[in-house]
Amino acid sequence: MAYLLKGVSILGAAPTDLAIVDGVISDKAPDDAQVIDATGLVALPGLVDVHTHLREPGREDAETVETGSRAAALGGYTAVCSMANTSPVADTAGVVEQVWRLGREAGLVDVQPIGAVTIGLAGKQLAELGAMADSAANVRIFSDDGFCVADPRLMRRALEYVKAFDGVIAQHAEEPRLTEGAQMHEGEVSTRLGLTGWPAVAEEAIIARDVLLAEHVGSRLHVCHVSTAGSVEVLRQAKARGVRVTAEVTPHHLLLTDELAAGYDPVFKVNPPLRTRNDVEALRQALLDGVIDVVATDHAPHAVQDKECEWSYARPGMLGLETALPIVLSVFGEKWDLIADRMSIAPARIAGLTGHGGDLSAGTPANITLVDPSARWVVDPAELASRSRNTPYAGMNLPGRIVATFLRGEATVLDGKAVK
Amino acid sequence: MIKHLRSAADLDAATATLILDTAAEMAALSGREVKKLPALRGRTVVNLFYEDSTRTRISFEAAAKRLSADVINFSAKGSSVSKGESLKDTALTLQAMGADAVVIRHPASGAPHRLAEWVDGSVVNAGDGTHEHPTQALLDAYTMRSRLGRLDGLKVAIVGDVLHSRVARSNVLLLTTLGAQVTVVGPPTLIPLDTAAALAEKTQVSYDLDAVLPDSDVVMMLRVQTERMQDSYFPSAREYSRRYGLDMRRMRRLPEHAIVMHPGPMNRGMEIAPEVADSPRSTIVEQVANGVSVRMAVLYLLLGGK
Ligand SMILES: [Zn+2]
Repeated sequence: MAYLLKGVSILGAAPTDLAIVDGVISDKAPDDAQVIDATGLVALPGLVDVHTHLREPGREDAETVETGSRAAALGGYTAVCSMANTSPVADTAGVVEQVWRLGREAGLVDVQPIGAVTIGLAGKQLAELGAMADSAANVRIFSDDGFCVADPRLMRRALEYVKAFDGVIAQHAEEPRLTEGAQMHEGEVSTRLGLTGWPAVAEEAIIARDVLLAEHVGSRLHVCHVSTAGSVEVLRQAKARGVRVTAEVTPHHLLLTDELAAGYDPVFKVNPPLRTRNDVEALRQALLDGVIDVVATDHAPHAVQDKECEWSYARPGMLGLETALPIVLSVFGEKWDLIADRMSIAPARIAGLTGHGGDLSAGTPANITLVDPSARWVVDPAELASRSRNTPYAGMNLPGRIVATFLRGEATVLDGKAVK
Repeated sequence: MIKHLRSAADLDAATATLILDTAAEMAALSGREVKKLPALRGRTVVNLFYEDSTRTRISFEAAAKRLSADVINFSAKGSSVSKGESLKDTALTLQAMGADAVVIRHPASGAPHRLAEWVDGSVVNAGDGTHEHPTQALLDAYTMRSRLGRLDGLKVAIVGDVLHSRVARSNVLLLTTLGAQVTVVGPPTLIPLDTAAALAEKTQVSYDLDAVLPDSDVVMMLRVQTERMQDSYFPSAREYSRRYGLDMRRMRRLPEHAIVMHPGPMNRGMEIAPEVADSPRSTIVEQVANGVSVRMAVLYLLLGGK
């Protein structure tokens, strides 16, 4: 199927026509191309998420590769990197290939598995990183996300080892001894609510250590879900020194604060926790400055019973795929070049996904997101495609509706609806 | 009247004073021959206890029964709770039973807030995690008022593990609302960051008990669990006791009229010396008796008793 997007604005530029033929962007559409009136719509390179939890295998009651892929496509994504904390853990070639194959079968986005750094995420012994890299899944990002690779020697070895195949370690930065029993950001609100605090320094100390380790061994480091103003300063200095470090921030850390814990509704419980207004401001500035490279969702579906309970017993995490672009739009406005870079181009580069994050020029793979920036919508958890309902944005009126998503020229979303 | 009592912050000065005044009436009535009042006849009060606290449960039970309410004790032991039934499912069960009030004690901070979303009746927090214990603060305020005649302008030192204390949180909030000046005292490891900003702006912080005592009308000693040593909050029970325990020598630093309080259960010899606990300045036994009157007042007012 060929498409002609008529009157589309590429990254906010003057309206033009954009043709999709045989999976690539083309100068000219054939006569039988399906014409889409794209007046008022903005085309972006398909979004890429470097941090997604798809829950399969193991927690198919919360999400599957297929339902998560559908949520991703509806959110404008053409590729997602699925985290390794499944059950069994994605710490072998077998499991990463299984997830990769499920992604292909669903066919809605490219599902790029992330491999665990250590066996069973236990932080004791390296998983077979090379086998995962050499597998059909072609793994390049490794992460124990959910847990920090806290042992400094193990972290050093992991950073060094993956150089052989241009891998990167994505660190969930959380010094575990400083966060035992932690429930929310440590500060005024945690004191008032009587919930054990998760101090900012527990994140900052690990990032500071890891940039030094990465510098020492000359390796690449990626920092997951940066959440504090102090972390931004550590990263700013490291980057100025030329350390090969990249970092992500989630939409929720760009918008929400710890005050939301006041009603003890665990829909606002997430790890790292929601921080203060000051942190939110610093993270926004860091994304603008490029100190933080990408927006990543940390999409974390959870079954109802894991959220409809006491705060301390609830699992941390929030849905993110279907709301990420609208949140970023609401925070930064229509800065299309910034959005394309931080949500597509830079994440594709970090993940080594060469077919993604293109410039929408003729001859490049047609991975495209079509957005209506003037449309507003109210988030209704029941309407989301994810199998879970744990969105912190319920009832919020957000700008920006995904009209269509194309994966290598095939529409995965048309008229705001998933095609399959 | 408010519907729930989840936090001492639910109470403004007028409401808190009404509860204390009502408690005084309840105490006067309870002193008479007939101990039962018909006020809550036909109403159901559920004691939902996820933690063992015989003293608090008995206090609420006595309060409800003296108001002629039907009391159902729903404890974690020997019920479906221990089999892992969720709080929500338990709430729906209580709802079906027609509970007019649920008194909840729970190890998780904020459990009463969750419960209040799932039941139609009133929710009374009888201690949640390391958050609050508002009826304890009410009975403490009641005890102070009856001993010292006022709360406004009273100087109260709360000493010990403020970080983990639900009693401290509720007392700081309530006493400040009622015009008292509160100082929290303890080792810096056990005084939460931003205490004043988090709880009440006027709250003062001190790490020096000896300096605070001469200017205190009330000193409230909190229970300190010796297990906190394992987490390095302080080096040893002996050192804690030496720096922050109330012994006879320290008690003499208090003004003549000052009283000594403890929410119980006490670690005699740790945060409080036995001869201090048993001294005439100690209100510890009174606090227990006042607990029933205050809880009668809370149930009576929340349930709109006539
Ligand atoms: Zn993480």
